[in-house]
Amino acid sequence: MAAPLTLLLLVAVTVRAALYRSSLADLISERVEVVSPLTAWKRVVEGLALLDLGVSPYSGDVFHETPLIIYLFHFLVDYAEITFMLADVITAVALYLSVKDYNKQVFRKQKYALEADRYPLDCLELIRSPKEMQYIPLKVAMFYLLNPFTILSCVAKSTCGLNNAVIALFVLSTIKGNVLLSAIFLSLATYQSIYPLTLCAAALLYLLQRQYIPVNLRRFSFWWFVAQYAFMYLGSLFVIVGLSFFLLGSWDFLPSVYGFILSVPDLTPNIGLFWYFFAEMFEHFRLFFLCVFQINVFFYTVPLSIKLKEHPVFLIFMQLAVISIFKSYPTVGDIAASFIKHHKASSASSLNIFLVSCVLLACSALFPVLWHLWIYAGSANSNFYYAITLLFNVAQILLVSDYFYAFLRREHHLSHGLYLKRKDGSEATLVLK
Amino acid sequence: MGLLSDPNRRRALISLLTRLNAPICVVCYMAGVAWFMGLAFEPFTLRTYMSENAMGSTMVEERFPAGERALGTGREFSAHKKKAGGMPVDWLVKTMQSRGLEVFTQRFSRRLPFPDEDKERYMVKGTNVYGILRAPRAPRTEALVLSAPCSPGDDNNQAVGVLLGLAQYFRNQVFWAKDIIFLVNEHDLIGMQAWLEGYHHTNTTGMDWSPLQGRGGSIQAALSLELSSDVVTSLDLVLEGLNGQLPNLDLANLFYAFCQKIGVLCTTQGKLQRNDWDSVSGYSHAVQTMMLMVMKQASGRPWGDHGLFLRYHIEAATIKGINSFRQYKTDATTIGRLLEGMYRKLNNLLERLHQSYFFYLMPSLSHFVSIGYYMPAFGLLALILLLRALDLWIQLATPPTFNLNPPPSQMSSPGVLSVLTPLVISHLTGVALYTLPIHFQEIAVEHFPVSETEAVVLTAIAVYTAGLALPHNTHRGLFVPPFNGWKVLKLVAVLYLAVLLGCTALINFSLGFILALTLVPVAAFVTPDVPKALSAFIMVILSPACTLLFSVFLFQELQEMPVSFLDGWMLYLSVISQGILDHALYGSLVYPLVALLVYPCWLLFWNILFWK
Repeated sequence: MAAPLTLLLLVAVTVRAALYRSSLADLISERVEVVSPLTAWKRVVEGLALLDLGVSPYSGDVFHETPLIIYLFHFLVDYAEITFMLADVITAVALYLSVKDYNKQVFRKQKYALEADRYPLDCLELIRSPKEMQYIPLKVAMFYLLNPFTILSCVAKSTCGLNNAVIALFVLSTIKGNVLLSAIFLSLATYQSIYPLTLCAAALLYLLQRQYIPVNLRRFSFWWFVAQYAFMYLGSLFVIVGLSFFLLGSWDFLPSVYGFILSVPDLTPNIGLFWYFFAEMFEHFRLFFLCVFQINVFFYTVPLSIKLKEHPVFLIFMQLAVISIFKSYPTVGDIAASFIKHHKASSASSLNIFLVSCVLLACSALFPVLWHLWIYAGSANSNFYYAITLLFNVAQILLVSDYFYAFLRREHHLSHGLYLKRKDGSEATLVLK
Repeated sequence: MGLLSDPNRRRALISLLTRLNAPICVVCYMAGVAWFMGLAFEPFTLRTYMSENAMGSTMVEERFPAGERALGTGREFSAHKKKAGGMPVDWLVKTMQSRGLEVFTQRFSRRLPFPDEDKERYMVKGTNVYGILRAPRAPRTEALVLSAPCSPGDDNNQAVGVLLGLAQYFRNQVFWAKDIIFLVNEHDLIGMQAWLEGYHHTNTTGMDWSPLQGRGGSIQAALSLELSSDVVTSLDLVLEGLNGQLPNLDLANLFYAFCQKIGVLCTTQGKLQRNDWDSVSGYSHAVQTMMLMVMKQASGRPWGDHGLFLRYHIEAATIKGINSFRQYKTDATTIGRLLEGMYRKLNNLLERLHQSYFFYLMPSLSHFVSIGYYMPAFGLLALILLLRALDLWIQLATPPTFNLNPPPSQMSSPGVLSVLTPLVISHLTGVALYTLPIHFQEIAVEHFPVSETEAVVLTAIAVYTAGLALPHNTHRGLFVPPFNGWKVLKLVAVLYLAVLLGCTALINFSLGFILALTLVPVAAFVTPDVPKALSAFIMVILSPACTLLFSVFLFQELQEMPVSFLDGWMLYLSVISQGILDHALYGSLVYPLVALLVYPCWLLFWNILFWK
């Protein structure tokens, strides 16, 4: 299995390196779909220049990345391309390993369940066989590395690739059951862009499950573990933030990074839902709607955690998808990261997938066209572009809910049998309402 | 969501769509065509109205008196033009200066990629002369342009005369709040391109020009004047610009409003407006006008000197004087008054023209069809592609039943390979079609008794035809294609075509619609099982090149200048060479679009027809 992975990595790196050398790289790095004000490489370069001049990189409201990133590139600026390619490779390998590990666990569980005769007889065809699972890790890695969205954001040197790498490492360490590393990577991801905070619940659920601690609010062991994890998470977050302060010598970065993410002052059009609303809004409603919009990201954590309490890994990926839809400055790189699980989830109705992928394809082609008509030709306007943005997000939401539905349906069949009968004996169907 | 996730209803929907796929497609096609034809029917269109407040409510009084003097200046210009054998630069500079303008010149030169036989030019050298009337009443941050071309022969002398007359008259008025730039450009669009690039400090086409010495503010609107006789029967408004871009409809409204006010006959596409919309001939007249607009827009070339302004967000149109053997005549004074009125209204603008529509079709000057009304015609055609794709997808996937087995993986590795090879090969053919004609002209000229222009056009046709013979053999050879492999290829090709046409129709509706009209039936019916010879014939007839050929004949027919087949063929060849030249000179996108995307997409369907 190592050989195909190596080959895949080579192909992916070659594609990226070739694109870096072509004239397309400049064009791509200007596209609003690919880079956001948070992740644009141009802004990192500006921040570096300010840092070299001995000025705070956050003066001038251009640079909004975290201090660790700027110090990382302080040393690596000449090797930026390699760094970004490396980040993608790390993400892919981490995903590969974590999916492989997770598969093993699924098999073990399935074996126990089979031995205990817990599955109804007629759903044997739903049970995963090692053969069909063998290529899934590779498929996931391939899907991440050869995804045009990932390639674009890597070529644009969007720092979103680094965030994805951190999140992938978090997933890997969580699935391997390493509590400390999981907490550290989660705090790093949170430090980068706040939103991964919501993954905390999923990670906790998974680690509890792995250590055979029941989720029971009255048990001491449960609370003890939660306290341990919270301590590690908050402790490392504190260390990282403190480190940033000592590196930079001021607290400038807090309003400039987190204030910028939460209060959305930059309304450059992007593929998210924020810019159009906030450009149109009266100033005195701004705070209210800001809260409403931002709560969206965090809001789904509770119901999803309750519903998917037995399947924390699926929960992690649902959360990632929700973040990529509702965050304030989304780019296609985030979306690529949220797609990765989808290969693994049991397939929903093929018709829905087809429709949704058609819509995503069409939207990706229409983004640059409508942008051209709006900005260069001057004949269309922002409504055209926002219509496509809305459609794109609706397609993503459909995709996510579709996978969620398919997952639930599979679980239902596993516990109740594949061929459901109504009370009167006729065939029954499952309906999502 | 309910419809998508409820398996019962979804199954019903799917079976309905698969059973009735062919009839629905036919109905959609007919409905699309019918909708399009209905657009010209007057009750379905909107009357034009002035949206821009600053131009609508204010009254202006036109007092331009000096038409005869302007014509005299025009005659003087013509004499000097003849003497200089081109642009009489010194005379123009002196005349403009004597009228109190700040005068500047700009030299430019350009070598065409191959000789332009229509206009007989290859190495182009010329000079633009322009004079700026500085606004006395405002900071000079905005400008308006009035241009007239200096054409070879006896054309457009009167236009220059009227331009100079207006310059003199405008100079004495105190109400100008925007700079007015009077531009006389040589070598029509090439000169205009040089001037605009110089004005905006860009260089997109690799042209040589000397930098501009004087500049006004940012240009808000521009009119280009073409006038070749002392009196005209009607004034024609030309709107179609580069890549099918149109100026804001308010500019057309402004022209129409002043023609009504002053009482000048006005036309668009050279067609007078008729009032008998309820009669057959009245309706067919409106259809003809609209079809002419659609064909001109689809060609993607600038149909007047204004066409290049649009690229810079400047609303511009060309006003052309037409002199036919009618009783009704308009003299130069009236034309001057009309222009004066228009410029005074434009002078009142507080912001760029943006209130009215940018996407419209005009069945007559007083009526228009906006994007919301004409897009459904295209949408109905595009729907066919989506329905076919859905049908194919359902055929490929196992029919959705209760089992939750994932559909058998459609993209197994030979499947991917059998789709990828035709895709790559047809696109390489497209690249060849795009690059070879210009690069091979010298070799072709050496070996065959043809001129450079013919060489380019004939190479293009040769590559195009060679592409038909090439790709349908590619999927044999390396491996055995999987059963149903063509379905995967067709699914990819249909989706590709849908996205391609959708994007094209957004940028240039007419081009997208004409291509959809011919390519959608091909995409819908072609399978390896249909009779080969007949289908191959139909496919060739409906291919992009033949579409262009028919369009040439139809265009001549609509202009009431029908041509014989041989003349039509010569015209077809010159249209191809003009298309390539437009791309090289002004950056028109039609030629690369057809060569690099549409033609390869059509080749994919050709490939499916010959799938073994």
